[in-house]
Amino acid sequence: MSHGSSRLPRSAGRTAPASLPPAGLPGMDARFSRLVTVADGDSGRSATWHLLDNGPVLDELGVTPVGTLLCVHGNPTWSYLWRGLVAAATDAATTAAETGSGLVSSGVWRVVAVDQLEMGFSERTGTERGLERRVADLSALTDALELTGPVVTVGHDWGGVVSMGWAVDHSELLAGVVLLNTAIHQPEDRAIPWPLRLTLQRGMLGRATVATPAFLETTLALAHPALAADVKNGYRAPYRSADRRGGIGAFVADIPVDEQHRSWNELERIAAGVRELGVPSLMLWGPRDPIFSDTYLDDLAERMPQADIHRFEGAGHMIAEDVEYAPVVLGWLEARSLSLSKGTDSVDELPVDKLREQKASKRPLWSVLDELRGSTDIALVDMKPYRAVSWRLLSRRVRQLAAGLVRAGVKPGDRVSLLIPPSADLTAVLYACLRIGAVVVVADAGLGLPGLTRAVRGARPDHVIGALPGLTVARAFSWPGQKISTATLPLPTALALGVRHSLGEIARLGADESLPEPPAASAVAAVLFTSGSTGPAKGVVYTHAQLEAVRDALSSQYDIGVGTGLVAGFAPFALLGPALGARSVTPDMNVTSPRTLTAKATAEAAAAVDASVVFLSPAALANVVATSDALGLADTAALAGVKTFLSAGAPVPESLLAAAGRLMPNATPHTPYGMTEGLLMTDITLEGIRAAADDAAALPDGEHAGGVCVGAPAGSVRVRIAALDENGMPGGEPSEQPGVTGEIVLSAPHLKQSYDRLWATNRVADADSVPASAGDQGERWHRTGDVGHLDSAGRLWVEGRLPHVIVTAAGVITPVGPEQKIESLLGVNRAALAGIGPRGTQQLVAVLETEPAASRPAALGDSELAAAVRHATGLDIAAVLVVAALPTDIRHNSKIDRSALSRWAEGVLSGAKLSAP
Amino acid sequence: MRVLVTGASGFLGGAVAREIAVAGHEVRTFQRRPSGVDGVDDVLGSLTSTADVARAVEGMDAVVHLAAKVSLAGDPAEFEAVNVEGTRALLASMRDAGVGRLVFVSSPSVAHAGASIVGDDAQPADPRHARGEYARTKALAELLALGSDSGSLRVVAVRPHLVWGPGDTQLVERIVERARAGRLPLLDRGAALIDSTYIDNAASAIAAALERVDEVHGNAYVITNGEPRPVAELLGGICAAAGVAAPAWSVPAGVARAAGSLIEVVWRVKPGADEPPMTRFLAEQLSTAHWFDQRRTRSELQWRPAVSLDEGLRRLAGHYSATPR
Repeated sequence: MSHGSSRLPRSAGRTAPASLPPAGLPGMDARFSRLVTVADGDSGRSATWHLLDNGPVLDELGVTPVGTLLCVHGNPTWSYLWRGLVAAATDAATTAAETGSGLVSSGVWRVVAVDQLEMGFSERTGTERGLERRVADLSALTDALELTGPVVTVGHDWGGVVSMGWAVDHSELLAGVVLLNTAIHQPEDRAIPWPLRLTLQRGMLGRATVATPAFLETTLALAHPALAADVKNGYRAPYRSADRRGGIGAFVADIPVDEQHRSWNELERIAAGVRELGVPSLMLWGPRDPIFSDTYLDDLAERMPQADIHRFEGAGHMIAEDVEYAPVVLGWLEARSLSLSKGTDSVDELPVDKLREQKASKRPLWSVLDELRGSTDIALVDMKPYRAVSWRLLSRRVRQLAAGLVRAGVKPGDRVSLLIPPSADLTAVLYACLRIGAVVVVADAGLGLPGLTRAVRGARPDHVIGALPGLTVARAFSWPGQKISTATLPLPTALALGVRHSLGEIARLGADESLPEPPAASAVAAVLFTSGSTGPAKGVVYTHAQLEAVRDALSSQYDIGVGTGLVAGFAPFALLGPALGARSVTPDMNVTSPRTLTAKATAEAAAAVDASVVFLSPAALANVVATSDALGLADTAALAGVKTFLSAGAPVPESLLAAAGRLMPNATPHTPYGMTEGLLMTDITLEGIRAAADDAAALPDGEHAGGVCVGAPAGSVRVRIAALDENGMPGGEPSEQPGVTGEIVLSAPHLKQSYDRLWATNRVADADSVPASAGDQGERWHRTGDVGHLDSAGRLWVEGRLPHVIVTAAGVITPVGPEQKIESLLGVNRAALAGIGPRGTQQLVAVLETEPAASRPAALGDSELAAAVRHATGLDIAAVLVVAALPTDIRHNSKIDRSALSRWAEGVLSGAKLSAP
Repeated sequence: MRVLVTGASGFLGGAVAREIAVAGHEVRTFQRRPSGVDGVDDVLGSLTSTADVARAVEGMDAVVHLAAKVSLAGDPAEFEAVNVEGTRALLASMRDAGVGRLVFVSSPSVAHAGASIVGDDAQPADPRHARGEYARTKALAELLALGSDSGSLRVVAVRPHLVWGPGDTQLVERIVERARAGRLPLLDRGAALIDSTYIDNAASAIAAALERVDEVHGNAYVITNGEPRPVAELLGGICAAAGVAAPAWSVPAGVARAAGSLIEVVWRVKPGADEPPMTRFLAEQLSTAHWFDQRRTRSELQWRPAVSLDEGLRRLAGHYSATPR
């Protein structure tokens, strides 16, 4: 074929036969490499492909695969990209062969990973191949391989497009689709990514892609963490000289930038066909990708609404290198039972919320707002500036905003990110969104700016409603979505921030209060972000029915209803105040730093609503107790009116709860146990904590594993324990047997629906990974990632986080019990127990804060302290380290990341400098 | 069994000979000086003499080989002659005499390239990367010994780590003497985690290896108390037991390593009466972690240390209070 019209250098047209890759590339197994010669279109010539194929090895093993994964790399990689998947699938086959399971072995997949022609070690024919040709080439190859179904296509980058083209053309063989960072369509309102625009510029293309390895090197540099040098060399191996790189340039030149491009129609055909595929699909995405950003994931998700999606926070374009994707793919094939589905069978398993009846709630979250729409009683108080809002006003504001938001283009199911500090504004917008079926996205400012940015981007809001600081950040970090400001901004500011409306305008738009049909109870209501104290923050999805169940659980557990005065110093509960009918107030505090809350501010808030219930985070609580000297007579009187006092979010020490109890002498102190995924799971009072401690002390030595007693299950909650095995992993069927330490597994109507776009995490956390007893079918269970045990009185004791379990040669150790014993030593303020070294033979390290705090950031404890710690715990603790301050999370100021502490301790105890953890 | 113990005049060798004799075996020892162990038959001689070695192994059922040149510095040729060639001669004599069992007593330093060891099991001996002449020649010797393992000559290597206890002139005395002279530094405040072996535990482990050699031959095992401690705590405990002040001053490990390698060179040129105050090997030993996965050792040798670190320190203190100086 002529190269006259090509924009590529002459070297791109050179020919070279296909070859096998050189020996010794890391992760490659020569047994999988083969060359296959196929007729090259209508040219009358043939072309030879290099591909990885574990088929012959499966034959040797004597196992029959259930189907084939057809893997297509993008530009400028090659089948090397899929080496991990080929290896993992073959390992699974080897295991199946050893256990000898039948003729067709479930879970065994043949993997065929091709080097596209002109790429990798396939033939250089000198032809510039467009998309249509590449799809046809792949079909010719699978015909030659006599590939039979079921086939699951797997594609990355532009290989995703080619694989989808094959999928659209082979629906009779297709059983599923897996996509990694790719794009099927260029959204009309979006420019193509700038790195590609730059590369496509005249004069740039040939130089960047063919004459120099710039495009290749730039792509390899996108890996997070950076690729090892030998792996980079693996990717470079087939592209060592300009005459090997013609295919790279041709691929870039083939990006259909406009309707005139020769591949435009083929791309449109594939993009349309994707909607009709009707097979299970999995999208694995690395959001740190300058080319295939979340925008393209959203487009694909819209085309395949039933897709399972997992966004790997922190991963990027080279997702196949950044994360362990192969086990996720194999796990998904198993979970989706793709072995059984065939060809054109459509997905028979709809997501749970689509199966559920599309019924409206009996008692929606805004029902009190409707019931009290005529009431002049106070519903809400803002402390700074002071503002009291009646139910009538709040109710009207919610209806106006609801109607106005609809007119401003907010549709049911749209996601609305709320960047508003706790206030009447926030409450009104929140209930307006709920009323019209928009999904509220709430992320805590305590995540810090990078965490917040990741969270908001990941939640892909269609609209952002915020105060000025939030909108400024949104602009600075290019957060997606229509912007709406809480206050009316001066026009230049509004333009600069891209703000389309203010809340005042929205309310005016909705002055007629005309409301749409309320959302179904099964519709998604909110995405709440976890604190991020245990890994990157995750978006937790709640439906209306589930949030209503949270409200009902709080209402019945603490007797909160219409007329209750509520001081809500803890975000999730502040938002539920109006749903409960409570007269609520958020005390004056810096929401990004709960430990700034003072006793005085708490008392003033209590006085403002005549509070009988006070809810504070543990971090705030400590400062409230510390600043109690500033209380005046009126303050003391207001606090004396409190009947119920709660602190939750992290374990609260008994001493702190008791001190707070003295500030509120008529209140019963409670500390509930829960998490963003399930806000109220168990509850215990101060009296209950003391009784539990007495019961534990009465047990014979060694029969009490220690931990924090968090009380009995609240309401309809069910608690079970999945016992830890000798490797510290939860296994077997969860039970209610007392005295057994394991992962805490919960069931309740007010549990979350799922994690947002974290398919693999859902699979671990959800019920289907918990072996259920026969009677529990259909119940929803949540694996908390916490470890603990039940006692004989049915109370739950928390012993730490699952990843913080230490496995020594002498056995499995949970951290909280020993930490409590260390903290009972005179002069010790706080302790953390960490494990260092390989699991199974870990050594124990105690890291302490002393009272008064140590002056050096970190030091070895002296021999008396070490001896005291060993004696108190009865454990062989290898080292005792004293630090000035243990690192904690921002939101609670109490959760210690023992995994990070372990890494630090291992460094220090290997001879690294004794720096602060 | 009739068992030959080489190097029984040493601290560990004596303890091993005693342990094996007490277990009811007939023990012969072989070294240049009398062993001082009751109830054993001393054969005096040198490992560098083929005839001496042949005489020693004659009529034995098993050999426990501890004799070696142990030092932090010295003439490389001497290390080679005793540790490598001596082992080669021993293996040849054993084959000639039809002695079927060898417990080769080695050191974890044979597989130590200078980096921290954090819970690893025994790695293959590596003479190319071993630090110092002792470790290098012991690595070569261990490879020779395990390379000779066969059905007719069953060899197991055991590597006790930092053996100490009452009467130890190698480690404990050096620490105590230097602490007394104010010459014992702690590198970077001494937080590196180091495991060690109380003498009785080392001896019982070697005896266990002898009993188990038919089942476990061909393997190498690291032996420790399984109670790693920060080096400052370990040295402090030994000093406290000996009644001397614990080390108080600290130097950065990097500086010490550089100084150590310099001193090593100078010492080789101008050997003094004592050993160098700091060798690079010692600097690394004191500034990097050394603790091991003991699970395989304990299960395959069917052995557990009987004396804890604290009990060992108590016994050491008892020893020092009984022999005041």
